Amino acid sequence: MSETQADVDDVMAAKLDTAPVEADELGTRQRAGRAPRSSLWASVRWAWYVLTSMRTALILLFMLALAAVPGTILPQHASSPLRVRQYYVHHPTLAPIINRLGGFDVFGSWWFAGVYLLLFISLAGCVIPRSRRHLRAMRARPPAAPRNLGRLPHNASWTTDADADAVATSAYALLRSKRFRVDRAGSSVAAEKGHLRETGNLLFHLSLLVVLAGVAVSAAFGFTGTVLVKEHNGFSDTAIAYDSLKAGRLVDTTKLPPFSFTLNSFDATYERSGPTRGAADSFNARVTWQPNLSAKPRDYDITVNHPLSSGGANVYLVGHGYAPHFKVTDATGQVFDEVTPFLPQGGTFESQGVVKLPDAQPLQLGITGFFLPTAINDLNGRPISTFPAPDNPAVVIGVFSGDLGLDDGVPRSVYTLDTSKMTLLDTAELGSGQTLTLPGGQGSVTFVGFDQWATFQISRDPGKGVVLAAVVCMVLGLLLSLRVRRRRVWVRAVPDGSQPAGRTVVAVGGLTRTDATSGFDDEFAGLVAALQKVVPPVADRSTERVQED
Amino acid sequence: MGVDVGLARLSNDLIVGGIAAYSVAFLGYAIDAAFGNHVAAAASQPAAAVDVRQPALVGVTAHDGDQSRGAGWTSPASDSRPPGVRLARTNAAARGVGGFLSARTGRFAVAITVVGWLLHLGAVVTRGLSVHRLPWGNMYEFTLAFTLTVVTAFLVIMMRQPARYLGVFVMTPVVLALGIAVLVLYVAPAPLVPALHSFWLAIHVTAAILASGVFTVATAATVMFLIADRYAVAMASGKPVRFSALARIMPAPDVLDRTAYRAYAFAFPVWTFAVIAGAIWAEYAWGHYWQWDPKETWAFITWVIYAGYLHARATAGWRGRKAAYVAMLGFTSIVFNFFIVNIFITGVHSYAGV
Ligand code: HEM
Repeated sequence: MSETQADVDDVMAAKLDTAPVEADELGTRQRAGRAPRSSLWASVRWAWYVLTSMRTALILLFMLALAAVPGTILPQHASSPLRVRQYYVHHPTLAPIINRLGGFDVFGSWWFAGVYLLLFISLAGCVIPRSRRHLRAMRARPPAAPRNLGRLPHNASWTTDADADAVATSAYALLRSKRFRVDRAGSSVAAEKGHLRETGNLLFHLSLLVVLAGVAVSAAFGFTGTVLVKEHNGFSDTAIAYDSLKAGRLVDTTKLPPFSFTLNSFDATYERSGPTRGAADSFNARVTWQPNLSAKPRDYDITVNHPLSSGGANVYLVGHGYAPHFKVTDATGQVFDEVTPFLPQGGTFESQGVVKLPDAQPLQLGITGFFLPTAINDLNGRPISTFPAPDNPAVVIGVFSGDLGLDDGVPRSVYTLDTSKMTLLDTAELGSGQTLTLPGGQGSVTFVGFDQWATFQISRDPGKGVVLAAVVCMVLGLLLSLRVRRRRVWVRAVPDGSQPAGRTVVAVGGLTRTDATSGFDDEFAGLVAALQKVVPPVADRSTERVQED
Repeated sequence: MGVDVGLARLSNDLIVGGIAAYSVAFLGYAIDAAFGNHVAAAASQPAAAVDVRQPALVGVTAHDGDQSRGAGWTSPASDSRPPGVRLARTNAAARGVGGFLSARTGRFAVAITVVGWLLHLGAVVTRGLSVHRLPWGNMYEFTLAFTLTVVTAFLVIMMRQPARYLGVFVMTPVVLALGIAVLVLYVAPAPLVPALHSFWLAIHVTAAILASGVFTVATAATVMFLIADRYAVAMASGKPVRFSALARIMPAPDVLDRTAYRAYAFAFPVWTFAVIAGAIWAEYAWGHYWQWDPKETWAFITWVIYAGYLHARATAGWRGRKAAYVAMLGFTSIVFNFFIVNIFITGVHSYAGV
């Protein structure tokens, strides 16, 4: 292909955005020539050009998508530690290798961070110079008309009786009234509209940078903890009060926001009929809370999708269950009142748990068993629960005495009982208020009733607001960038030598990025028609030129 | 609140009617494509429209230049020829018995599509009324709503530009998806689990459905683009092509490319918004706006791939076919997210009773 200087001029005139020059073949060639590795500085410059090029951005986007895939296929430590452990059991040789490569913590791995850091740098290196260029372009005058308007994708020409100056004046006024930015040179008019497209594009990319920055702030200054609270019990926000706490690197966990709350009651309602009988309808944790110790206590209902906010921290309801209440009397007549959370095992809230009584005399006592909210005996006479609501609460328990094994320093789960040094005294199924009398005068166990418990997740995320604002800008920028059309229109009026004196040839040319939105056809035709009203084509003979393909 | 069984049953009947109508429409589009000259059908309208609206413009060539290939408009006359130019030559040749038959069949297919769309809309509305909520709470309902947006997008595009040629490629996924919905994914109507009672969830899912639907129509155009482009390239080099019969009935590649791009450019911001709305909902529900749950990760992957597509169109050496492949990858990711992730990969997203 032979490129004349005129072609290149026209190509430049046709460029409607500040996209980096290397985005087209023209620039790539220039760039490629710019890699003299003779000096270090030149190599650095060259690397910078490559990193901030459109092609690199494209490749990095791909790599980001690709890097995220294993995170959805392999179990992840953060979300499902249990399944990671299972994976180790099923693939004993593969698992350690995957672990070494960060496969169980993809989104915290060095290579994932590497890709998005490169993208971040590429984005900054690309967008910031583009913003500067765009600011300049917005103040610049619309570019002068290419030599031959008839070669533009949209064009029209006709001969009129008006003189060239009048044509240019009318064209100027017309384009002005259509809110184009217009520049006149002699009897040529250049007009331009739609800078908002590029503005939107830059807004989008800059907001993306802000989102990434906001996420980084959240990671450094945020924390998340979970805590289980029984009805009538309280929680106050200190690090030790949490069952588990994950804090960002820059959080001082001794200075958590000083709020506290008490769980007054927990209610859940369930579907009573239909194909999804037993599915939960609603959850409600009624709490009384104080933002700090001196503040007046207030009531609040924490429900799903309705967290409690206090001093930058949000309290979410994330789980619930039952805590059966036992009254245990030991052989010496000591009475223990124990309300112990049991863990639900499924949709009918059959819950399993353990009560440990290290202070019972003469031997320690332990109870292991199930809580059944709606107890029924199945066909084999085995007690099961058929519904998650406490319609007919009962417990099935086994009572042990002996050594709970708490004194050897080995941490033990509160939900399991090590019976290796204990003997089973008795088992029973107890309804509300029923008592099991242990054999040989060793005391008794009464199932008094139950409380409910709820688990709360408490988190603070200081980058959140910034991220939200930035994503709003992102969508806005995207809409502008994809819906607004950048277009240029030129009008040139030239006295016509071949005609009787006083006649003028009017040429109009238009240019847009046609793939953005349709409609420039109509706009251009409308402009031409409007101009023809003011400077009408001469009627006596057909002077219109039709472009033939 | 209970379920209105009568309305639910009506919804089931309506959707069967809708599938039947779409199947007939599919056949109509296929006959139209096989016997007609689509290039002619596709382009005759705008030329006429310009003439009618702009009588003063005789002699003005409102010529659509195309910068999607190469930098700028190096030679407007070469590959950006508007279809209107070609049709002047092909119209007469096409005007045989087959052409006559196909034009009628084509119009009939559009009419039947509208009938199917009304039944389909009725099915979605009655399903929603039967459970007193937005009817996109499980995979069955999601598929119904999603295919409805596919057909809606197709009809809207046809209202704005001649696009009947997309019919076969749009109706295929619609009929397939609805078939799978009715035969495999069906669940009796039921209220939602509490986690799904949320304004932001409604917004999130609605936007996701809308975007997926438009992405699907765009993908249909992209598939056609790839076929038509291969044919055009082979034609230019004089080589024989397989499936040339199929390729012959396609409109010009750049018409398809542009139709596809416009659909992607509409769907991408909607998808972006859907992902953001999902994050806002997650913040309310779980206390984390982003936690790399498999479903949200795949939504993110889809988003990144389509951003890649938009970049590819602006990158030298990536325009045209390569960008189209990127877009196809994006659609694969949507389908993967819907079928594979929903069914096989466990996460916090619950679709009750898949
Ligand atoms: C997370 C990374 C990125 C995302 C999600 C993203 C997304 C997008 C989107 C959606 C568009 C389409 C707007 C349009 O077509 O007008 C776009 C355009 C653009 N992006 Fe990016 N971008 C990213 C990174 C980058 C980087 C690193 C660069 C620098 C090389 C860049 C340069 C551009 C340019 C020049 C355009 C305008 C292309 C045109 O004229 O069509 N982007 N980007």
